[in-house]
Amino acid sequence: MNKNHWKLYEVFVRSKNGLAHKHVGSLHAADADMAIKNARDVYTRRSEGISIWVVPSDQITASSPDDKEPLFAPSDDKVYRHPTFYDIPYDVEHM
Amino acid sequence: MGTNISLEEKFQAYVDAENKVEPKDWMPEKYRKTLVRQISQHAHSEVIGMQPEANWITRAPSLRAKLILLAKVQDEAGHGLYLYSAAETMGTSRDQMIADLQSGKAKYSSIFNYPTPSWADMGTIGWLVDGAAIQNQVMLTRTSYGPYARAMVKICKEESFHQRQGYEVVMKLAQGTPEQKEMAQESLNRWWWPSLMMFGPSDDNSPNSEQSMRWKIKRKSNDTLRQEFIDKTVPQAHYLGLTIPDPDLKWNEERGSYDFGEINWDEFYNVIQGNGPCNKERITHHVNAHEEGAWVREAALAYAEKEAKRKENRTSAA
Repeated sequence: MNKNHWKLYEVFVRSKNGLAHKHVGSLHAADADMAIKNARDVYTRRSEGISIWVVPSDQITASSPDDKEPLFAPSDDKVYRHPTFYDIPYDVEHM
Repeated sequence: MGTNISLEEKFQAYVDAENKVEPKDWMPEKYRKTLVRQISQHAHSEVIGMQPEANWITRAPSLRAKLILLAKVQDEAGHGLYLYSAAETMGTSRDQMIADLQSGKAKYSSIFNYPTPSWADMGTIGWLVDGAAIQNQVMLTRTSYGPYARAMVKICKEESFHQRQGYEVVMKLAQGTPEQKEMAQESLNRWWWPSLMMFGPSDDNSPNSEQSMRWKIKRKSNDTLRQEFIDKTVPQAHYLGLTIPDPDLKWNEERGSYDFGEINWDEFYNVIQGNGPCNKERITHHVNAHEEGAWVREAALAYAEKEAKRKENRTSAA
């Protein structure tokens, strides 16, 4: 497999300082250095970024869509975690 | 079987509610197949589409024109890559897609099987071919499969440059000497009908369209997209003083659209079957480039392995 196949990398680009790196897509490369170079050519041809992360796709552990309910549903019924849950009198300011 | 039906129904309701489907979500096998076929075909079109334009890189009439053309061809390579990546999220491999292209199992847009004998073609392709592609791709930014939609957003941003630079090339010729204007007209004559064919068969001959619309892969029919393209493009030709090569073309006040002549579907199917002017040349070139480049891919891997070992040695020594 490894003989003829370049690894798949996921590419993350920071568009400017102050913003987080954001996933922009993926590409194949022989190693991480080459992935950075390819990412520069493929994903930043029009000043889209000032910093690039590449991660081998097989190193990412993702939650399963099947676990969506147990993982994320519990937070749906915890409205008290949101500020709008609380009635504060109109006359009370700065809150 | 019962659960299978309910899964498909659930999927349809999910898509109907304008939710996006992501790679690991459950999807009907036919949805996956349709998208792998469509996205890889789209990717192949971007990559094969580099050939007719690369034909003019060394012969561009000015340094400015050459820089623009180089940037455009590089964009097409990038677009191909975004799309291959999107298709790979559905579990197909890049190697498989390339193999299918080279064996003829996978198709690409027939428009790229026409030759580019004139510099004016560089303008006409940008104006009409990229214009038609944009018409289709803007719709696809809202397609139901997330990775495809995201690739389309990026592509559409870049494609607008392609169309505008193309129109500029045609405009310069149309406003130049009579000979130059004739070049522009001659090129338009050759590309007009194949550009209209890019939208695919008419709705009553497009059996897969209905299912694709139901799954919100597509949101407009082939004929709708074609009509929108014609209505946008005819005034652009009029501005240049060029004539659309269709004697039946005429404004229909009642419909608020242009009526147009019958498309030569025999030609369309003939080119798809592999009998266009450049089908063989395009695939042969792709195969040769792929095979002649094999040593580069192998050398890059060998270098990467060596580098990795060197790094390992350095760490163990320290």
